[in-house]
Amino acid sequence: MNLVVVGNGMAGMRAVEELVALAPGRYRITVFGAEPYTNYNRIALSSVLAGDKSLDDIVINTRAWYEDNGIELITGDAVTKLDPTAKTVTAASGRTISYDKLLLAVGSKPIAPPIPGLHLPGVRAFRDVADVEAMIDAAGHEQRAVVIGGGLLGLEAAWGLKRRGMSVAVVHLMPTLMERQVDAPAGQLLQRDLDSRGIAFFTNGQTEEIYGADRVEGVRLADGRDVPADFVVLAIGIRPNIDLAKQAGLDINRGVVVGDDMRTSDPSIYAVGECIEHNGQTFGLVAPLWEQAKICAARLAGDEAAAYVPQPVFTSLKITGIDVFSVGALTAADTDDDEITLHDAKRGKYKKLVMRGDRVIGAVLYGDVADGTWYVQLMRQGKDVGDIRDRLIFGRTFAEQALGRNEPEMDVAAMPDGEQVCGCNGVTKGKICNTIAAKGLTTLDDVRAHTKASASCGQCTPIVRAILAQAVGGAQSAEKPPAMCGCTALGHDAVRAAIVARGLKTQADARRALGWTNPDGCQKCRPALNYYLLCAWPGEYRDDARSRFVNERVHANIQKDGTYSVVPRMWGGITTPDELRAIADTADKHGIPTVKVTGGQRIDMLGARKDQLPAIWADLNKAGLVSGHAYGKALRTVKTCVGSEWCRFGTQDSTGLGIKIEKMCWGCYTPHKVKLAVSGCPRNCAEATIKDLGVVCVEAGYDIMVGGNGGVTVRVTDKLVRVATEAEVLEYVGAFLQLYREEAHYLERTAPWVERRGLDYLKRLLVDDAENRRRLYERFLYSQQFWQNDPWAERAAGTDAHEYAALETVG
Amino acid sequence: MGAIMADAWIDIGAADDIPRLRAKKFRLGDETVAVFRTSADEYFALLDRCPHKGGPLSEGIVAGRTVACPLHGWVIALDSGEAVAPDEGCAPTLPLRLVEGRLHLRWP
Repeated sequence: MNLVVVGNGMAGMRAVEELVALAPGRYRITVFGAEPYTNYNRIALSSVLAGDKSLDDIVINTRAWYEDNGIELITGDAVTKLDPTAKTVTAASGRTISYDKLLLAVGSKPIAPPIPGLHLPGVRAFRDVADVEAMIDAAGHEQRAVVIGGGLLGLEAAWGLKRRGMSVAVVHLMPTLMERQVDAPAGQLLQRDLDSRGIAFFTNGQTEEIYGADRVEGVRLADGRDVPADFVVLAIGIRPNIDLAKQAGLDINRGVVVGDDMRTSDPSIYAVGECIEHNGQTFGLVAPLWEQAKICAARLAGDEAAAYVPQPVFTSLKITGIDVFSVGALTAADTDDDEITLHDAKRGKYKKLVMRGDRVIGAVLYGDVADGTWYVQLMRQGKDVGDIRDRLIFGRTFAEQALGRNEPEMDVAAMPDGEQVCGCNGVTKGKICNTIAAKGLTTLDDVRAHTKASASCGQCTPIVRAILAQAVGGAQSAEKPPAMCGCTALGHDAVRAAIVARGLKTQADARRALGWTNPDGCQKCRPALNYYLLCAWPGEYRDDARSRFVNERVHANIQKDGTYSVVPRMWGGITTPDELRAIADTADKHGIPTVKVTGGQRIDMLGARKDQLPAIWADLNKAGLVSGHAYGKALRTVKTCVGSEWCRFGTQDSTGLGIKIEKMCWGCYTPHKVKLAVSGCPRNCAEATIKDLGVVCVEAGYDIMVGGNGGVTVRVTDKLVRVATEAEVLEYVGAFLQLYREEAHYLERTAPWVERRGLDYLKRLLVDDAENRRRLYERFLYSQQFWQNDPWAERAAGTDAHEYAALETVG
Repeated sequence: MGAIMADAWIDIGAADDIPRLRAKKFRLGDETVAVFRTSADEYFALLDRCPHKGGPLSEGIVAGRTVACPLHGWVIALDSGEAVAPDEGCAPTLPLRLVEGRLHLRWP
């Protein structure tokens, strides 16, 4: 199949990069670029203008990369015609190529206002390499520059020209600078700081005319002000480039209209990047482009489920020594919203948080931006910050002291250069910062390769990542997800997507198709692949015991001395005298040294030899006791309180509901262990709010809480939804578990997964979309039919007998 | 151990009794010996004791010429018994030979 990509920019080529990793060889790919260069980092043009980087430094993919991946690159030849009926594109040179699938990634165009004089020599936009070359050239022999537009791009242009020795004035239509990204107080601080660096400002300045005889001589404003100029840069803003789409008759609005699947109104034509409009929104920052590229690549690779969900994005300004950061809402726009501000004009520090109830919905930071990423995190998680609200504005360290917790990883701004970050390799913060600056590093892998920081145990990874983020600003979002293990460069998401999209049904196929370097895989990827395959192909994939950790292979928990423990299931924590007698008799008969009640309301028999296990299981089976999967990345327990049957406070039958949930869910394998609970009233005696999924019964129904954890890092659940009936509870439990099964990374508990994806995402897929919830639930039940066989009974009857054979003495 | 002659090969059974990518263990004197089979049908014998905390290597996941200890995840090279960096330590190896489909083991 032929894939033609129109546009050799950042979004389009990221999609191609993702695609060749996911499905190498699926398409013959041809890329058209209007500029005569290979793919480069457009964001870094400001750094080239300011003299911090060369053009070579900002190349993303060299021509050799295109060749190595079998991609035909046609540069300097813009596509001028698109014919969706004939499925062809025609370029300026007359070259016509037909396609099966087309990707439009034509970016944006500078906005050109209807003012006289735009065509005079010495007037440029600030958009591409040619513009930057013209600006650098002008700085060499002209004196006075005027930049029209005081937004992000205009200010970066002004600063670059100033650095190159020109005298620079900025004309801006609005009363304050960067009004789309920051509020008025931050805009004023910014203007003051740039003013002190020698840039002049004409705010409230409506440009009426650019004048000059043979070339530009100045800019006249509507109020009569006159700004002389030898060179003018237009940086009013950008608008999506819809010319080709319009000519081809695709649906357009402000941009080329696409759905969640990144498809345009023509099903064979996809679009990503600054040219698109998704749900009424257009895009000018890089982070959403990467996400769009990822979804588009997954779709092109055949993954029918991939969907684009916009995330809040943050802005930062690339002017050395000036720190501006903003995300989300800039001001309180609603009666429910309010603002928390800290304004120290003298020191040039300003912080504002926009709150809706007790949740952060926006932040503007000036001068001190170290906590920016933390605020973004709080926003993405939709976290209730009521308990730290009064400390929030002072930053993470101070706020979290109130919770008796202080995670050091975000304190990197305050960290002295001499402080050791990586204990394994003896690397200091100063060394990391210097290497990033000297070598122009932008990814965590690069930092690891050059400094060794976080290359060993990896414990300091969050700190190294934070230092990198601080050093390179927004550019760190260009980082690719970490590889699954040393056998592949692909991350977990890419591997999962490829398994589904390419129909890979055995481990050997997956490793071969995805270019694994070790034919056997390794101890890290084998259990992960085994899980991903059994999740993707229920009933088809044959479980590979040799890729299971010992506990899951032998269905018991290995102990430090090499003996095993045995935990039978107790449905909802309910047992009977007969079951207890059977456990007692079995323990006596087999000489079990320790019997313990677990935290999950069951009984653990510790110290059994491996060769004893089948006989122990046979005895337990006789009393109706089956495996509790206490050894698996699987459903463990459903803990309950006694509920309305006995308790005078109980509102619903929590025990009965817990048993129903456990009967539905037992036997399922998951990315990591899963613990559930049902509490009969909000007193919450079953501790449901620190479980992967907890149900808290109330008079009006059932609150479904998700993403809790009682382990090393305690996390309280988030409320997903309140439902009225037990049937709805069961559907939500099944759907939530299936979504976790299908999307989380192997060995990722629900708590970090929920934090990574955000509660809003889960609500969108599970609560708002009833049809999707029903389908997830059905897939869960379908998979369950293959797993609800007691593994103990099978082994007591002789399966895997070699595994449990008594030790043979030789010699 | 004293009773066993240092150069005596002991027949420990058919090579095919050990599944690929798994191990079988044997009692030899006071020691437990783990005999591994790789996916390329290579066989290696090691004392079944991880140099870290004595974990049973025979229960670990075998990949290439390595096994990962089930207790704390140390990775041990099957041919040398050495732990893979950054960990340090060594599980003693034993001489093993394959004669007409049967495995012969002896003390080092």
